[in-house]
Amino acid sequence: MAQVVSHNDHPTTTTGLDHRKMLMWAFLGSDCLFFGSLIATYLLYRGKSITGPYPHEVFNIPYTSISAFVLLMSSLTMVLALAAIQRGDQRGLKVWLLATALLGTIFLGGQYFEFTFFVEHNGLNLTNNLFGTTFFILTGFHGLHVTVGVIILLSFFVMAWRGRVSQTQHLNIELAGLYWHFVDIVWIVIFTVVYLVEAPNIIG
Amino acid sequence: MAVASGRKYSVLRRPTVATGWWGWFVTVDHKRIGILYGITSVLFFLLGGIEAITLRLQLSNPENALVSPDVFSQLFTMHALTMIFLAIMPLSVAFFNIVIPLQIGARDVAFPRLNALSYWVYLFGGLLLNAGWLVGRAPGSGWFAYSPLTSTAFDVAGGMDFYVLGLLMLGTSSMAGAFNFIVTIINMRAPGMTLMRMPVFTWMTLVTSFLLVTAMPVITVALIELGFDRFVGTNFFNPTMGGDPVLWQHLFWVFGHPEVYILILPAMGIVSEVLPTFSKKPLFGYPFIVLSGVFIGFMGWTVWSHHMFTVGLGPVANATFAVTTVLIAVPTGVKIFNWLGTLWRGSIEFNTAMLFALGFVILFIIGGLSGVTHAAVPADAQQQDTYYIVAHLHYVLFGGSIFGLFAGIYYWFPKVTGRLMNEKLGKLNFWLLFIGMNLTFAPMHWVGLDGMPRRIYTYDSAMGWDFWNLFSTVGSWVILLGVLVFLHNIMRSLRKGEVAGNDPWDGRTLEWSIPSPPPEYNFAEIPTVSERDAFWSEKYVENEDGIPIPIKKRPSSGGKDTNDIHMPGLSYFPFVTALGMAICFFGVLIHISVIVIGLVVMLFGIYGWAFEPADPEPESGSH
Repeated sequence: MAQVVSHNDHPTTTTGLDHRKMLMWAFLGSDCLFFGSLIATYLLYRGKSITGPYPHEVFNIPYTSISAFVLLMSSLTMVLALAAIQRGDQRGLKVWLLATALLGTIFLGGQYFEFTFFVEHNGLNLTNNLFGTTFFILTGFHGLHVTVGVIILLSFFVMAWRGRVSQTQHLNIELAGLYWHFVDIVWIVIFTVVYLVEAPNIIG
Repeated sequence: MAVASGRKYSVLRRPTVATGWWGWFVTVDHKRIGILYGITSVLFFLLGGIEAITLRLQLSNPENALVSPDVFSQLFTMHALTMIFLAIMPLSVAFFNIVIPLQIGARDVAFPRLNALSYWVYLFGGLLLNAGWLVGRAPGSGWFAYSPLTSTAFDVAGGMDFYVLGLLMLGTSSMAGAFNFIVTIINMRAPGMTLMRMPVFTWMTLVTSFLLVTAMPVITVALIELGFDRFVGTNFFNPTMGGDPVLWQHLFWVFGHPEVYILILPAMGIVSEVLPTFSKKPLFGYPFIVLSGVFIGFMGWTVWSHHMFTVGLGPVANATFAVTTVLIAVPTGVKIFNWLGTLWRGSIEFNTAMLFALGFVILFIIGGLSGVTHAAVPADAQQQDTYYIVAHLHYVLFGGSIFGLFAGIYYWFPKVTGRLMNEKLGKLNFWLLFIGMNLTFAPMHWVGLDGMPRRIYTYDSAMGWDFWNLFSTVGSWVILLGVLVFLHNIMRSLRKGEVAGNDPWDGRTLEWSIPSPPPEYNFAEIPTVSERDAFWSEKYVENEDGIPIPIKKRPSSGGKDTNDIHMPGLSYFPFVTALGMAICFFGVLIHISVIVIGLVVMLFGIYGWAFEPADPEPESGSH
């Protein structure tokens, strides 16, 4: 969590970069290893399930493509939110923050319906084979990251609503944005290695 | 998250009283947090030591029945976990906390509250890991916890639950601390302190921190997978469903080998400070020492499968990892020769800190050499899981890390407390540890090569291992005696140690330029650095023969008005957040409602933290 401290008498940093920005980059670098390990586990166990349901039986690529598109668009609205606060546009900040949070929520909703569909319709769950185990844990932890992101965005939205994000504090929005874009990029990787590589019903 | 604070307080008022026992709960001062880390890790060191003594008593003679095989397993598992995660790592972090800001000329770390959070999460994580003892089921599958021993089918009692949850918390603590020190070291150096002017201990802390933030996520994933296997019934390590136990081994050692360097690099940094100080010479080959440390950090990622030579990964993998393992010995050797070069023609002062540093060099050479023998795959196949490995790892962890850390304690104790430790007791402490350590662990080389497996609770007299095992047990009591002398020395020196003054060792780095113990703000005036060994260069000039000549007029840092120095305010929220996290983790073992309560407390802590004003309310008085 970031610091509230912003003193005028604070010495400038050695590199000129803000402490918090460096912390966020270090954290994201660390998080790469986290998702890297989960993805490595998924790839190692790909095709190793000894009972069904198998990936090509459950994936609906068009459906997940749409939710992936929604998530990617949220990166655009995130950039717009940052641009808004940087030029002091409070209304723009509020609109785009809410839009980003909303798109993130739609993605999460999509994941929720996908998960329940897999469980109820395909009989796939965490425990019945290796695919279920690795799929739900990998995408679930990504979903958890998105959830945290949505909570952060909504918190900033409420603050912006109450007029408490000033133009000089645009770094806060930038940091939330860094995290948000990272979560998006991770989804591109997951969508590719988990869904597209199987590509069962891409033409129908 | 932050906010333009119109109000003067958030949910809780910012605490203003730093004194008394309560002050320790709300402190964000890096020196006080360092002391908390130090005391806690020494207590855990004693606990791990009691476990070790019990293990040695059980093995002192054949067919002994002091403890049951089950308890024996729990003892050796908890001994390893305690020493690694609760003693050596946090004791290193204690030095990061106390020393780093002082060495780089900073007033605190970059994120003081995050620093406090690291400590509290560490404390709760350590308690959670040890909570298994209270219910009679401590983890017992060995510290690297190979699957499928850790599955619910084989760990019926459930001790591994504490392993999973405890280590997850400890990993979080380590990462939070490491992020903090990365930013602090890169971003808070005094003017003029370029990277290649940083003290070596600061350098090694930086490398260690990078290792922590990259290695810890891997073990976190491994623990999450194991946790889901245990608590939910997933199949990550379940062979009957196609799961692969070797995946655990890879994930564990991809973390585990960098971890080895996480344990040794801080000690190497300490030794690189102590040797030049008491040789009255600059460190020989500073760039080589630093770059070797960085190289070790990188190479630490390329050798993990040498822990798995007998798994059957095939000749190509084994040969590759054998080569990288031999290669990583090179930078380590470079360091040792540079340390010897530092001693060469120095005017050496044999005080306790120096003795421990020299002991480190000697014992680490022995441990390093036996380590290189594991790089030969056929030899390793003989040594795997024998006492030879136990001997090796104790030479590098006890002879290496612990001796380095003891050198650090004797070296920086005066800076922290303002009092010198007793030299007579210190030397007794050193010799007891040095002799006891060799008595205990040297014979393990022979019984190991003779085939005695590690982790057996007893052995047959006909194996011919009786004598050396008894010998080792006697040695372990000598170590215990040494540790008791150490504790006595600490307690005695705290009360009646000689007053140290700012610079008892004629030190070379910036921490010696300020009072002992340092004031809350560390530096009345932020120093400007123009050379390596920043403080030394203020005190001495070299004449044409390279002999240091003291400068007559000592630079004075006094006289500056220190009232306007702004220090970060105290805070409840690191403790509250860590408490919430602990409730959450304990809740996994109790009931889902407890998890929810923990989450609520944690969220309260996080939001309170984010919206906390920078300063206490003016009307409630300032400090």
